Amino acid sequence: LSKFSADKIRNFCIIAHIDHGKSTLADRLLEMTGAIAKTEKNKQVLDKLQVERERGITVKAQTASLFYSHQGQQYLLNLIDTPGHVDFSYEVSRSISACQGVLLIVDANQGVQAQTVANFYLAFEAQLAIIPVINKIDLKNADPERVESQIEKMFDIPREECIKISAKNGTNVEKVLQAVVNRIPPPVASIDDPFKALVFDSNFNHYRGVVANIAVFGGRVRKGDRIVSAYLGKSYEVNELGLLRPDEHQTQALFAGQVGYIIAGMKDVKEAQIGDTLYHQERPVDALPGFKPARAMVFAGMFPMDQSEYQGLRSAIERLTLNDSSVTVQRDSSLALGAGWRLGFLGLLHMEVFNQRLEQEYNASVIVTAPTVPYKATLSSTKLIKDRRAVQKNITYIDDQRVMMKYLFPLNEIVVDFYDLLKSLSSGYASFDYENAGHQAADLIKMDILLNGRPVEELTTIVHRDRAYLAGKAMCVRLKDSIPRQMFEIAVQAAIGSKVIARETIKAYRKNVLAKCYGGDITRKMKLLKKQAEGKKKMRLIGSVEVPKDAFINVLKRTDK
Amino acid sequence: MIRHTFRAATCVLSPGVRCFSDSSVGEVTSCGRTDLTHLTRQASLYVHWPYCLRRCSYCNFNKYIPRENKDNIMTECLQRETETLLRLSQVSRITSVFFGGGTPSLAHPSTIAAVLDTVSKQARLSDKAEVTLEVNPTPVGMSKLEDFCHAGVNRFSIGVQSLQDEDLKILGRDHSSHHALQTIEEARRMCPGRVSVDVMFGRPKQTVESWENELSELLNVCDDHVSLYQLTLERGTQLFRQVQQGDTSVPADDVTAEMYQCARETLHQHGFLQYEVSNFARHNAVSHHNMSYWKGRQYVGVGPGAHGRFVVPGEGGVAREARTQTLEPDVWMREVQQRGHGTRRRIQLSHLELLEEVLVMGMRMTEGIHHEHWELFSHELGLYEIFGSSVEVQECLQSGKLVLDERGLRCSWDGLALLDSMLPALLVELERRISPGLRRENHADGATEKTSNSR
Repeated sequence: LSKFSADKIRNFCIIAHIDHGKSTLADRLLEMTGAIAKTEKNKQVLDKLQVERERGITVKAQTASLFYSHQGQQYLLNLIDTPGHVDFSYEVSRSISACQGVLLIVDANQGVQAQTVANFYLAFEAQLAIIPVINKIDLKNADPERVESQIEKMFDIPREECIKISAKNGTNVEKVLQAVVNRIPPPVASIDDPFKALVFDSNFNHYRGVVANIAVFGGRVRKGDRIVSAYLGKSYEVNELGLLRPDEHQTQALFAGQVGYIIAGMKDVKEAQIGDTLYHQERPVDALPGFKPARAMVFAGMFPMDQSEYQGLRSAIERLTLNDSSVTVQRDSSLALGAGWRLGFLGLLHMEVFNQRLEQEYNASVIVTAPTVPYKATLSSTKLIKDRRAVQKNITYIDDQRVMMKYLFPLNEIVVDFYDLLKSLSSGYASFDYENAGHQAADLIKMDILLNGRPVEELTTIVHRDRAYLAGKAMCVRLKDSIPRQMFEIAVQAAIGSKVIARETIKAYRKNVLAKCYGGDITRKMKLLKKQAEGKKKMRLIGSVEVPKDAFINVLKRTDK
Repeated sequence: MIRHTFRAATCVLSPGVRCFSDSSVGEVTSCGRTDLTHLTRQASLYVHWPYCLRRCSYCNFNKYIPRENKDNIMTECLQRETETLLRLSQVSRITSVFFGGGTPSLAHPSTIAAVLDTVSKQARLSDKAEVTLEVNPTPVGMSKLEDFCHAGVNRFSIGVQSLQDEDLKILGRDHSSHHALQTIEEARRMCPGRVSVDVMFGRPKQTVESWENELSELLNVCDDHVSLYQLTLERGTQLFRQVQQGDTSVPADDVTAEMYQCARETLHQHGFLQYEVSNFARHNAVSHHNMSYWKGRQYVGVGPGAHGRFVVPGEGGVAREARTQTLEPDVWMREVQQRGHGTRRRIQLSHLELLEEVLVMGMRMTEGIHHEHWELFSHELGLYEIFGSSVEVQECLQSGKLVLDERGLRCSWDGLALLDSMLPALLVELERRISPGLRRENHADGATEKTSNSR
């Protein structure tokens, strides 16, 4: 491997808007360079997770080192496939920092989209070589000329530089490889420099520990070396390292300019954070810039179906977050649902994928609720104006296409769905970041839910006065639909203090007895009655009203589509 | 008169069998061992005739419209299975026989005679034992009543359902109200005091008023027994689909509740005693066969889809089995021909399960469960011990829906209409007291698994 001097190495990513064909192009490149056999079955080979394959999306960036012969020379091409979804833009930015160039893919029909722009800026700001690739030219509605114009206008890249391909059919993919060799500069990295590597991904493997994907920016690292993580300052011994082709290929050493994996006795994926810098213990270096811990944007409460499953869910969450250090975890508890957690995700997709993985890989079944937000009660009150009770602080025009707006928001208004709505409304173009601005006074009230006059503790909420009626009404309706009829009427009410602000009624049964019950009917009837008897054991009594556990869940759960 | 002569004739034909006097089904003894013997040495017999000419829009019974006439084979198989199951159950006495279906009145009277004959060969069947036949009140059905009597039937249950011709159409019935009235008249001639009429309420377009009128008309012509059933929409029936699609609708809950209550009152005023949720009788003309279901007695079910509850002593068993015969007639007939019976399922009832059935069935009777009756099945724990201390039972007692006194446990007038709302609580109490060692594991998917260290 050492025969590959830095000038024969090319490190590049494929970036694009979701579904524009990154992973398919990756498949073709792998096939053409012999990393995988050319068969019909190669579909998004790099998408290893079950949830990725099912949804047809890339969730985690994957890496492959390819050997390519061009004009009599052998080259080592390191390809990083990235997630297209907006939730994972941090991963994209770290992958980019490991590279010297990107293939910016644009769908020949859809043209430039939100993530195309976002990713372009990431690459542009990192001063990478950008090779525009127009994909899906085989489709009927493809209009490559139009897209070329778009690219020229928006990114200032001459249209001659666009390579028009069909990743599915393999058309012109060879040209892409040539462009990688010719247009992407080799890494500026010398074997003689002290060892310095960027962690751009990490995985947790039960038997081997943390496997980190690194890009070596200088020097070399060998098995047995002692290395240090800049973020934590901890030191480790290198157990194993090698290339990814895309599967692991063990080697003795990795050299400047190369990309590969390393196992160094780290037990927790938090010890190999994306964006971290590694160096030799004896030769410390400056950390690579741009590192920041992930920022959660969407929050949810997660509770086990039954408290007896708490331990199981806890270990499932622990194991899953081992492999995903961008999920923030905090313990939480609810009167209705018991002990659980408040989890933070990069976005709604991230949360959905997390849940799906919880269920598929760990067999956990979870109740997902809107999260609780910490409040401090005080006596004063102030009126806030906007629909989301935000106060505008500042507007800055970045350029003729972008504007940055600063608002002060109550946390409660953004933790559930603000981010997602913002993205929807702006077709994905808007981006969002936040920081804690401390506690602020608000006109909040305590809203009780009553069943036949008795308050249901678990459902008491703190709401803003302006929201009370809608929230109360919604809760009453959901409760009405979740509580079975009983032998007396049930009044479901939302109240502020002694004032009832919303009400639903559950009618009493006047007749509830099976009409016919002869010899052949008893079996079926017993089954039904036994089921009801079992359900009864799990019901909560509020006064004399029997409330099934599901009722609490229905009222508290999130209502994302 | 005619019956008596016929009886004498059969006595001659099949000597030595049918001449014992019938003892009341309500007999009670007080020593343990004899009770068990009493319970296991006798049973009632249910015989299913699966064929119908048409499908009623509300019916989800095990019924079939035959493509070819297989009545002869069906008859033979009914006889064969009767013989086999009676032998298996080792009962010495059959207390009552009920021919249900389908449309049993489509069968040839000789079928009835043949089955009864087979019964008599295996066990004692008193000539006073109740033998009921369900009748579809068409002219054809009516014309056969006399022959059915000759064959041994001594009680008729007529499926009138409604006296409004438009409603009969909606229900998919193949007779008119006029036919029904004529059939009732003829049946009363054949078996005076032993005719029952089935009527349905809660039908589409029905009002409380129209129901009251219909009841009056009915009370003018009916005999001493009436069964009133609330129309229940069963999944898979035509009527269910029609309601789901919005083509028709049934009256609202409160309306049907009102219909039930006013029917109960009206019948009461006319001298009928309500003895079960849906059954009313004058002059003590109760259905003995159905009573034995509600009293938790053994029954043998013969024919496709029939259900049974009896002990099989031959295999050393002491536990009562819940048995179901194969549903599909052709398959059932093959099985009977091959091995003598077409039993599809046999499940042993645990002590708790048996008590659960006794409880659920017994509470349907207005008399409820007498202490002595309960004792037949539960030797160690009486009704007071099981239900006396439950908070929920106390509430039902306070609110006057349940009664627990020196007679036993039963529903009040109001409570009977809400029985199914109270049964789950009673079952929870029963389980708590009878099987405290029974642990239930709850799985994440909601299924429960039983592990028990006692039976």
